[in-house]
Amino acid sequence: MSIKLNTRQVGDVTVVDVSGRITLGEGSSALRDLLRDLVSKEQKKILLNLGDVSYIDSSGIGELVSGFTTVANQGGSLKLLSLTKRVKDLLQITKLYTVFDVKDDEAEAVARF
Amino acid sequence: MVPFRLYALFRTFGRTGSTTVIDQDYSSTLESVDVAESEIIKAAEEAGFDEDSLHQISMAARECLVNAVVHGNRYNRNKKVHLSVSNENGRFTIKIGDQGDGFERQEVPDPLQEENVLRHSGRGLFLMEAFMDEMSVAKAEPSGTIVTLVKNLGGH
Repeated sequence: MSIKLNTRQVGDVTVVDVSGRITLGEGSSALRDLLRDLVSKEQKKILLNLGDVSYIDSSGIGELVSGFTTVANQGGSLKLLSLTKRVKDLLQITKLYTVFDVKDDEAEAVARF
Repeated sequence: MVPFRLYALFRTFGRTGSTTVIDQDYSSTLESVDVAESEIIKAAEEAGFDEDSLHQISMAARECLVNAVVHGNRYNRNKKVHLSVSNENGRFTIKIGDQGDGFERQEVPDPLQEENVLRHSGRGLFLMEAFMDEMSVAKAEPSGTIVTLVKNLGGH
């Protein structure tokens, strides 16, 4: 299953529901384009819901890191929501888990921006 | 002349009792990566790996195939990625070869070093090593790189 991205607004936070695979090619470029588009529209509070992401490769990790730094450099904030065990393990072994602000509950995550 | 079926049997089981499950060239495209990854996972399923191991094999193989296509062959349509997969008594071995210029492994920055953690790329080799029981990189002749990934059934 390729990537699917759905954007919704909760207050001033943009929640991006991501599902499928974030891998080199269509998956990672779609996510990159969306994040750049949001930042260009001054939507700088972004919550990436990865609850339905089945697979992330190193290119996908790269896009998460890139998105995180791009948003931060523009004075915004990008948080991650609902990591699956596999994605959590992946971020832990790459030492990125503590870099990202990771939440399990959407309401709590939105309140923390 | 050796009858084809006998030849195929010899090629499959060889002299050591190992089973060669895949021995194939792929074009240097991302579509080929998807196809080769699926073939590897099918072979690993048939070898009896559990779901977590299948995911790890899939991740490692994909990273390796992407490296071969993107960094090795640089999407060159005249260059091939060679994949072989064998299973010898639960020792599941994947060899992925490209026809690129090769690289020195010690020159690849450690992605876990503080200064590299936020880099956009450079985690592929690390993930292959993390997810497999063995990983080695060798130069191919006359050019290119062969990466060998091994996963043992039962984790030994």
